[in-house]
Amino acid sequence: MLSRVANCLYWMVRYIERADNLARLIEVNERLLLDLGWKDAAGLDALWRPVIASSGDEELFESAHPDGLRREAIEFLTIDTDNPNSIVSCIGQARENARMVRDQLAESLWEELNGLYLFVHSTEGAALVRSNSTAYYERIRRSTFAFHGMAAATTLRGEAWDFMDLGRHLERADKTTRFLDITTFIEAQPDHFGLTADEHWLAILRSCGGLGAFRVKHRGRFTRRNITEFLVLAPDFPRSVRYCAARIDECLHAISGTPRGGFANEAESLSGRLLSDLAFSSCDDVLALGLHGYLDGLQQRLNAIGEAVFRAFILLPDEIEQRPPIPASSVSAVVKWQMEQQQQ
Amino acid sequence: MFDHFETDLFFDEMFESDGSVRPHCSPLLERFSSIERADFEARRQACDSHFLRQGVTFNVYHDDKGTERIFPFDPVPRVIPAEEWDLLEAGLSQRIIALNLFLHDIYHEQQILKDGVIPAYYIENAKHFRPEFRGIDVPEDIYIQICGSDLIRGDDGQYFVLEDNARCPSGASYLLENRNALKRAFPGLFDAMGVRPVDAYPRELRRMLEFISPHREGDAVCVLLTPGCYNSAYFEHCYLAREMGIEIVEGKDLVVLDDFVYMRTTKGLERVDVIYRRIDDDFIDPTVFRKDSVLGVPGIMQAYRAGNVALANAVGTGVADDKVVYHFVPKMIEYYLGQQPILPNVQTYLAYEDSDRKYILDHLPELVVKSANESGGYGMLMGPTASKAELEEFRARIQDDPRNFIAQPVISLSRCPTWCGEGFEGRHVDLRPYIIYGESVKIVPGGLTRVALNKGSLVVNSSQGGGSKDTWVLRG
Repeated sequence: MLSRVANCLYWMVRYIERADNLARLIEVNERLLLDLGWKDAAGLDALWRPVIASSGDEELFESAHPDGLRREAIEFLTIDTDNPNSIVSCIGQARENARMVRDQLAESLWEELNGLYLFVHSTEGAALVRSNSTAYYERIRRSTFAFHGMAAATTLRGEAWDFMDLGRHLERADKTTRFLDITTFIEAQPDHFGLTADEHWLAILRSCGGLGAFRVKHRGRFTRRNITEFLVLAPDFPRSVRYCAARIDECLHAISGTPRGGFANEAESLSGRLLSDLAFSSCDDVLALGLHGYLDGLQQRLNAIGEAVFRAFILLPDEIEQRPPIPASSVSAVVKWQMEQQQQ
Repeated sequence: MFDHFETDLFFDEMFESDGSVRPHCSPLLERFSSIERADFEARRQACDSHFLRQGVTFNVYHDDKGTERIFPFDPVPRVIPAEEWDLLEAGLSQRIIALNLFLHDIYHEQQILKDGVIPAYYIENAKHFRPEFRGIDVPEDIYIQICGSDLIRGDDGQYFVLEDNARCPSGASYLLENRNALKRAFPGLFDAMGVRPVDAYPRELRRMLEFISPHREGDAVCVLLTPGCYNSAYFEHCYLAREMGIEIVEGKDLVVLDDFVYMRTTKGLERVDVIYRRIDDDFIDPTVFRKDSVLGVPGIMQAYRAGNVALANAVGTGVADDKVVYHFVPKMIEYYLGQQPILPNVQTYLAYEDSDRKYILDHLPELVVKSANESGGYGMLMGPTASKAELEEFRARIQDDPRNFIAQPVISLSRCPTWCGEGFEGRHVDLRPYIIYGESVKIVPGGLTRVALNKGSLVVNSSQGGGSKDTWVLRG
């Protein structure tokens, strides 16, 4: 498979996964606010802070909206195209990557993604965010699920699938750690925003789409310990970090053809170590390190795997690469040249 | 819905001049007439939304945002009876064979220049002539593997070749998708009409690419080289690559090592044998042509000269679709094949010839003036509708650079009934068939019928208010 194609498939799925997670997070937070039934508007607004912080784009938000409140936060996360990680931006990026590898995708897959792109860029879509945000986020979630479902049902189980699955699980693991980390922000507040522990832990489970599964597994005992274990260490919940790490490890070995248990490149070495750490850790180990610090460490290790994948499969060794990198300043010139090529 | 249809003294593809329907179109007319207007409108819109959802779009030039638009589609097909198609097929085959003999000659002995059939000046000063490739043999001695000659019909229905697109002819994906859209939205129209299928195009294209592979051992690795996703025809590049089952690559996906071309894969480098390139000569190799091109592949011309990779179309074919050289194609047919041209050219005046130039400058408001190497409806003057300032501008440009201008009489292109929001009206059309030259010449029975949607307009280009129609070639 072409390195560029692998890269596009990987990012296409990552961005779709990111949009899906963000939609769920915003929706859950909105619902949480309703449940609180606060009269205090300032408190309502403050609850968006941890959500923005979890997206990692806090600085961008601060500079764009120094006095940003609830509405600004929602729009920043949803439709702001200046925010590279807003839902609309993610869908745009996913589609851009898909467009570059259209020949590799099943028709239905492209149509679903393109349909979603057209929807979020339509006046109808923009109006729906304000008039009926639940319906809007529902549409995003359904569409991204449809995409994953169709991809699973139509994609040949080969390299293309492995790179897509790799992207999906790297992104998913990262998002689970970030959602879980929201508790850190909430618990750091003197009054926890007036939330009971149950309320905010439930919200986090919901954001990870794990409420139903958690109830089955832990019979509804919503303790900090149970939920942390469930989201980080459960081998059987598809959004837990450990489950995702296992998929990442499997995908990497499927791509390289190396048997699991060993490694042929740096990415496999990193994923193998991450997986065994997760498999042989208990919740006590996690909490002993402090949840925030532990989650931060996981995020760094996941990033390192992503970078190693890029080095192993996408970049060419220096001795073969004869092409100087394109300076960012001339990207528009490249676009212009692409457009100039006469198609008679 | 055809009750008030007027042919207005133009040649109409569906109706005779007395208003009666042409016999081969009669069942089609009956079926269209039986569709309720609301139903028709709903089906037509279904076509549009299908194109949009599928992303069957083109990017608009001179628009920095790379905006995508759908190419407007008109559901009334253009119908070509069998005997007419036989003539077109014979004429186009004759033409592509002659053009290829010409290119071989120009890049080798240049006998046709020595014999004075074409003045050498025109070739030496052709913008797309590549003298550095003289003496290089190309695989199977084929230069133009894919040709998209534009055909038009005049007042009396006579077909003419308007131009030969011998570099990167575009639009075959619309030919295929228009058929799909019409089949989906109006399946009933096809009943018992005997419409010949067009879906062999990608298979024929692939077969041709394999045929020109310089390597005989193993399966040929063919790729489609695209300038990238901001190119106007990017959709088409993806579409054709997928239909052919070959990789679509950008310049940065390819590397040249020891005069062989490789693509960069997750498993290392894989040798490439044949490149269907949709990128101009100028940009293909920064070590030979434009030094600043990042779209191309450094060293690829060295691999090409060494005979290790085939390109479709070959480098330097642009000399054949220079509009001045076009004027000489009928002479090439006589010179190389000893035959009379089956499809005539449109009468063409060359501004470089003194007598022609005088005629052009004296009759500017009656003529169409074209620059020799532009396409897409750019660099063109429509005398009868041009403003005084435009006429003066072209007068100056012609005098300034006569080599690069030609003029032709205005041909009032044939018309075809077209949906115009209120009802059907005649709109001018042309026809772009796609000719593939590999082991033999293959022409898919059909083509892209482009239609000037603006009332009275003769410009069918998508960039200038043009749309397209499905083209039906009937069985004999």
